[in-house]
Amino acid sequence: MIVATIERPQRRWAHSRSGPLFLLPSALIIATFVLYPIAQSLWMSLHDWSMFQVTHPFVGLANYAELIRDRRFWNALLNTIVFTVATVPVQVIVGLLLAIALSRSRWWAVFLRSVYFFPVISSFATMAIVWRFLLSADVGPTASWLRALGITPLDWLHSTVWALPAIIMVGLWKNIGFTMVILLAALQDVPESLTEAAVLDGATRWQRFIHVTIPSIRHALLFTSVIAVIASLQVFDQVYVMTRGGPLFHTETLVTYMYEQGFTEYRSGYAAAIAWVLFVLIMLVSIVQLRLFRYADVD
Amino acid sequence: MSTEPLPPYLAAEQTVLSRLLAIAAGLLVLLLAAFTVFPFVWMLLTSLRTQQEIFSNPGNLIPASFNLDAYVKIWSELPFARLFVNSIVFAGGATLISLLFDSLAAYALSRLDFPGRTLAFYIVLATLMVPYQITLIPVFQTVFDFHWLNTYQGLIVPRATSAFGIFLLRQFFVTVPRDLDAAARLDGAGEFRIYWSIMLPLARPALATLAVFHFMYNWNDFLWPLVITSSADMRTLPAGLTLFSGQFVVEHAVLMAGATISLTPLALAFFFAQRYFVQGIATTGIK
Repeated sequence: MIVATIERPQRRWAHSRSGPLFLLPSALIIATFVLYPIAQSLWMSLHDWSMFQVTHPFVGLANYAELIRDRRFWNALLNTIVFTVATVPVQVIVGLLLAIALSRSRWWAVFLRSVYFFPVISSFATMAIVWRFLLSADVGPTASWLRALGITPLDWLHSTVWALPAIIMVGLWKNIGFTMVILLAALQDVPESLTEAAVLDGATRWQRFIHVTIPSIRHALLFTSVIAVIASLQVFDQVYVMTRGGPLFHTETLVTYMYEQGFTEYRSGYAAAIAWVLFVLIMLVSIVQLRLFRYADVD
Repeated sequence: MSTEPLPPYLAAEQTVLSRLLAIAAGLLVLLLAAFTVFPFVWMLLTSLRTQQEIFSNPGNLIPASFNLDAYVKIWSELPFARLFVNSIVFAGGATLISLLFDSLAAYALSRLDFPGRTLAFYIVLATLMVPYQITLIPVFQTVFDFHWLNTYQGLIVPRATSAFGIFLLRQFFVTVPRDLDAAARLDGAGEFRIYWSIMLPLARPALATLAVFHFMYNWNDFLWPLVITSSADMRTLPAGLTLFSGQFVVEHAVLMAGATISLTPLALAFFFAQRYFVQGIATTGIK
């Protein structure tokens, strides 16, 4: 200990020299591909910026003004919100029920957990190709089964009513396992003594669930909800693969619209403005999350 | 389905009604599990069918005959070998480089003293909250300006470190007792030696979790390779298969064979190292 104290000044010097060196590769990459682009995104959104043009005239807030008048943007925002509002509660509630049902360490529970988790590790774009096939009205199996029952099958992905629900269902199929795994971990930390005490006090199963289980896993519940909200606001893969935003923009979301403006119309400035709207939306959700966490801690 | 023996204080509640409810819930869980695996089973079975069978009898679950034609055709009908190699180079390269850079940065943030260290850590925490979709447009511009579109470096370099990886490893390094590196330092070991021969070996479980996470994330990613690559011979599996799935020349069975092959590496890894997948997923929220 004494030796270490004497050595300290020299150690500090050595440290301060090598620290930045260790940090350098990551710092360069994060600066170039995360920090600078955040600022540049804002900068681009204030210009009439086209990818392959040399000059990018400054237009102030014109892109944002155009967004406000752009019915396609409002439609994409609304679809994204509908997707999020429909997805998150189901994902969290079903995820929680599955976690409770499969929290035992019996072999069948362990096996079923892997089954539910498997979609999480698969490529969503690739599995969306499979889903498009499954839901197809001409070569899909579901349509063929309905026909066998004498029911005219629905062409889900070409229906202005059912395309978005189909996109939502596939999203749930992919992500419920994620919520389940996080909540399973949280359930394992619920102290047995609390449950025991509640039973001695005469609490019913339902009362124990509401007053012991839920409060004990509230952090995990909030965490999974917020993650689900943030992921839902960025929904892209299954939409792009299954419907390309169609039919008639009924499944177009913020990220698919941004992709189209940025990479097929090459309107980088306008696409950057859409990205910033999404950024603000996600930041708001994150702030609400932090507030809720604090609230949950106090109570 | 047998139930586990319950703790004695709960046994009193085992009424007939609760038994029935438990059976109903169990059936529901099984049904939902069948729904969850169905697309995978369907994908595999369809890859073994003939095109004729797919059109004439789409509702048949079990193929009339198991034929592996699609697994032969895929290599000639699509530039599938190229897609596969691209996915390996991109996901493998990004994973290896990211493990190195993440751990170097995490070492600096957990073990070394230098001005700006706290600020650097806060910046890492803040960028954790920024999804890459937000910065995609300007990053594309930068990659374009570097003349890196349609190249491996364009795919890999922006993915060669991650705030999540730095954060995860930093949290791990902080728990390693300081005596270990203090002793090595007194013996005259340099910082890089301490990092390489003391910290990295100790961090093996955390590194494995992170490796699985990075590999899965990049192997499965769709939007990023879709944007950075445009030529068919630079696409990765998800982006390439999607591109070809829109064309009529590709038979359904061939497409399903491609999907099955592209799922295989992760499925095998999941089978043997499920723990790391679950840990990797559970410590992050970012898919």
